[in-house]
Amino acid sequence: MSTEDVLKSKFLDDTLTFSQFRDNRRVVVPAAKLQAIFQCLKSDLGFDMLSEVTAVDYLEYEGATDRFGVVYVFINVATGERLVLKTFVNDPKPTLPSAYSLWKSADWLEREVFDMFGITFTGHPDLRRILTPDEFTANPLRKDYPLKGRGERHNFPVVTRAES
Amino acid sequence: MPFEVSDLAEMDAPEKEYLWTLNFGPQHPATHTTLRLVLTLDGETVVNAVPHIGYLHSGFEKLGEHLDFNQYVTIVDRMNYISPLANEIAWHHAVEKLLGIELTPRCKYLRTILAELMRLHDHLLNVGTTGLDLGAFTAFLYAFYQREKIYDIVETASGQRFHTSYTRVGGVMFDVNNAWVDKVRDFLKGFMPVHAEVHRLLTRNRIFIDRIKGVGYLSPEDAISMGVTGPLARASGVLRDLRKDEPYLAYPDLDFKVVASKDGDCYGRYLVRMQEMLESVKIIEQCLENIPAGPVNIDAETHIVPPAKPAVYRSIEGLIQHFEVMMPNRGYDTPRDEIYAATESPNGELGFYIVGDGSPRAYRARTRPPSYIHFAVFPHIIKGHQLSDVVAVLGSLNIIAAELDR
Amino acid sequence: MAMKDVPDNIFMTTLDAAASWARANSLWPMPFATACCGIELMATASSRFDLARFGAEVMRFSPRQCDLMIVAGRVAMKMLPVLQRIWLQMPEPKWCISMGACACTGGVFDTYAVVQGIDRFIPVDMYIPGCPPRPEQLMAGIIALQDKIKHGGTLNGTEFARRDHSTGPVPFDKDELIRIREANEQLISLN
Repeated sequence: MSTEDVLKSKFLDDTLTFSQFRDNRRVVVPAAKLQAIFQCLKSDLGFDMLSEVTAVDYLEYEGATDRFGVVYVFINVATGERLVLKTFVNDPKPTLPSAYSLWKSADWLEREVFDMFGITFTGHPDLRRILTPDEFTANPLRKDYPLKGRGERHNFPVVTRAES
Repeated sequence: MPFEVSDLAEMDAPEKEYLWTLNFGPQHPATHTTLRLVLTLDGETVVNAVPHIGYLHSGFEKLGEHLDFNQYVTIVDRMNYISPLANEIAWHHAVEKLLGIELTPRCKYLRTILAELMRLHDHLLNVGTTGLDLGAFTAFLYAFYQREKIYDIVETASGQRFHTSYTRVGGVMFDVNNAWVDKVRDFLKGFMPVHAEVHRLLTRNRIFIDRIKGVGYLSPEDAISMGVTGPLARASGVLRDLRKDEPYLAYPDLDFKVVASKDGDCYGRYLVRMQEMLESVKIIEQCLENIPAGPVNIDAETHIVPPAKPAVYRSIEGLIQHFEVMMPNRGYDTPRDEIYAATESPNGELGFYIVGDGSPRAYRARTRPPSYIHFAVFPHIIKGHQLSDVVAVLGSLNIIAAELDR
Repeated sequence: MAMKDVPDNIFMTTLDAAASWARANSLWPMPFATACCGIELMATASSRFDLARFGAEVMRFSPRQCDLMIVAGRVAMKMLPVLQRIWLQMPEPKWCISMGACACTGGVFDTYAVVQGIDRFIPVDMYIPGCPPRPEQLMAGIIALQDKIKHGGTLNGTEFARRDHSTGPVPFDKDELIRIREANEQLISLN
């Protein structure tokens, strides 16, 4: 039985949307069912590697209805099968369950999404900023943050030659 | 924003006063670039290690939203500067998958040669600096001399020694000629004795073995759970190589083996890298023998690559095609869809997640960097080892800071 | 003592010139290598290009032992305080080479996270363009710096005392100044 069939039979009344683009097999799931689907993917379908967690800010995307899409890429190492899973969250407090208890690689990947997009993951053991400094206040990969920043890069004291 | 060691307090428990804390980096020669570790030590034994990253965070992904597919290749170059061309190939592999482009056979073979040269490039540096960090300076000089020859080869092909920006959507910047092919052959001839020499210098060197054998063990279960790929995973016995599992470029036509080891320690990783170099040489030799003739770029009718210069200067069709590609409001039809595509870079699975919105630039250009995943493993495998092993384990993980932080 | 009494192998010079000559030919670089340029710096020091020919091969990774800082690669805003601290740790007299386009001006990385030229925040003596500069270019830069030291150096470093303001450009973009002020106010309100 294929992955799609198993997921369909397990989550009968939920709206799972399956699609294929080039060689990517994709499924869009509702955020409320994410934890249960993670459990199913890991224990029933054997997706033992979480290869990638990322997010997309759809603020300026034509025709988009939700603000953030969070993308997971799973790999079944034994069969080499790959599945791209996507879910949507919205402002004001975008929150998702953490995948850390099932896949350890979620640790840093979710921290990066938190840092760059401000999406919180409940159940993550150590959700801190990872790439930007601790004092940083913005989420740089959101579309409403300018490319050149808000001047943080020039907000430092100057050391001159005479005083050093 | 002053520089503060802000995370020390949470690690110090009052009843463990004999533990001491060591800040390692971000400016330290053994980190090669800008990594920072806060180590908690019991005497010389590492009890805990907290990595801090982001000291080279430069906003690559934000830039990717503002540059078009061909311009962004210059930025992607600077991501893994040990093997720049491997990044370009990975990026354009993803873009071509998004646009649905099938490359010409010659381009596939040419890119395969370049990708494998970059694997040599990366592994040479890694083996050299692993030796350098452990006190064996000679192997580093041998490795760097071979790297200089690879620089010469890519310079002949692209005109730039370091950041080549050589690939384009649907092809490469210029085609190569037979003199270049001979140059690669010459290099391979000279490379084999040096590889044997490095083997003799390091592989059975008692000091080298004592420093790295049994250090930094990573079990296959942990490797899978932590998302480790590439030579690290194969050294732990996870047989996963995208060149075989999801073949791309010319790899389906070629005969090569996936190198793996059951050791899972630093010595195993060293041996896997040494052996992979030989497999790369095999692949390059096969490609050089079989490289097909014909055009290197896809057809200019598709309005994706500019036509050849003589066509632009001598025919009206060529001139129109040139304008179709170059004008800012024209360009190609990007599907309004999303794709994840990955290649086997020297360091592991280098993937790109691209969201297309109909314009010639990505709406979101996400990189899946292998170094980022691999550095997360570090605190796990260093616990219980000596302070001096930190350098050995860091060397074997081959962390590239620009790829780590982007 | 008249000049004719001086033996053949005695040279007459000023103390300043002697000190500068000695300093110029025994530079100890501190490679502050952050990115791509660091690899070219390594290539310059290794077998094919051999920086040792110019008396500047003693790479010491401890700032306390060095008198030439080579900033090779882009400096992110998280790294800049580290750079300043390392610069302050180096003993006098000291010089700084800004190697590569990113260290000089920010290069292709005109983004929120990258400092647009380290000379805004620390003094720089020599700029080497290129992305990354070829090893030959780095050597030319070091030779030019040696020349600069030989011709302008003094024994007690009085030439440094005059440089009491930042040599780099100030943010010329009016919007950027406004954004900096806003970010500052936001930080103050948060603390």
